[in-house]
Amino acid sequence: MARRAGAPEVSAGSMADIAFLLLIFFLVTTTIETDAGLDRMLPPMEPPTEAPPIIKQKNIFTVNINRNGQLLVEDEILSIDKLRERAVAFLDNGGAPSGSPDFCNYCKGKRNAESSDNPTKAIISLKNDRETKYSTYITVQNELVGAYNDLRNREAKRLFGKEYVEMEAEYLNPETEDSVKEELKEKVQRIQGLFPQKLSEAETSSE
Amino acid sequence: MSKFAKKKDGEVPAVSTASLPDIVFMLLFFFMTVTVMKDSSLKVENVLPNASEVKKLEKKDRVIYIYVGKPTKEYEKTFGNEPKIQLNDKFASPSEVGDYILMERAKKPQEIQNVLTTALKVDKNASMGLISDIKQELRKVNALKVNYTTYEGDAFNNLQ
Repeated sequence: MARRAGAPEVSAGSMADIAFLLLIFFLVTTTIETDAGLDRMLPPMEPPTEAPPIIKQKNIFTVNINRNGQLLVEDEILSIDKLRERAVAFLDNGGAPSGSPDFCNYCKGKRNAESSDNPTKAIISLKNDRETKYSTYITVQNELVGAYNDLRNREAKRLFGKEYVEMEAEYLNPETEDSVKEELKEKVQRIQGLFPQKLSEAETSSE
Repeated sequence: MSKFAKKKDGEVPAVSTASLPDIVFMLLFFFMTVTVMKDSSLKVENVLPNASEVKKLEKKDRVIYIYVGKPTKEYEKTFGNEPKIQLNDKFASPSEVGDYILMERAKKPQEIQNVLTTALKVDKNASMGLISDIKQELRKVNALKVNYTTYEGDAFNNLQ
């Protein structure tokens, strides 16, 4: 009985398969994931001599965040989940009377004369404390960007039958063809023109 | 009559596949080591907040990263537990951010130097004071395009 002398050899034939499996696993999973986040533009450093432009008070929507993460919106305390609604109402107000140069013919708001004249004039001013938590700040930013996106989506759907965020994502995607991009660029810019993002961030207060 | 005919002598022997695993393993290790992203190892806690209105950061070569957060356990003794800025592989003060951006910008090819984005990867427990300082520094060096990097999710989860 010669075969009983040593332990039987383990077949190594399937080793290659196992290694291939691992190889494929690593090939697939190590695709570099793209980060996502909120894009913002910082205001450029203005020369100190330049006088700030005069803006009507009713065209400014002030949002103040204190150190405890509470919101003061237009001098009233507001819970953060109502912020988007309020911001939409402010931006979409279109308070200028019809016939005036600022009249907004696509606004669906209340047309309150005390609130913003036109979305292109409306400015959201965001102010926060040095002690405000970053996560609260991001939530507020998210809601304000969301308010703009909601309105832009509405207009994009009305004009082009497609959501604005989709069009923008397609436009920014590097895989989109150039001819499609050209076409989208015009549409995206048109929508951006209807509701320009005017989000001013004042320097933080230390108190 | 056997069911399986016995092999005749003198046939060409099959090529040994015993070394195939070695070759494949070599490939495997190659990919495992090569596909490591050039990502500085994090020395700060970095749990990003959630947001729903996100945009993807395309084109990695156009992004400069700044990390902010509490130093991790290892570094807590030397650097304390207040949120800090991490640039590349070391901790930095807000005043160094400007120089860092200029340095990184100089490393990039000429044609993309003015389309760079600064990605702020900030831990959700950091306070805005530090962020404002960074923003001021960024404005000074005219790096105005920023991206607050977040996870995709419901923004209200941040408040808990």
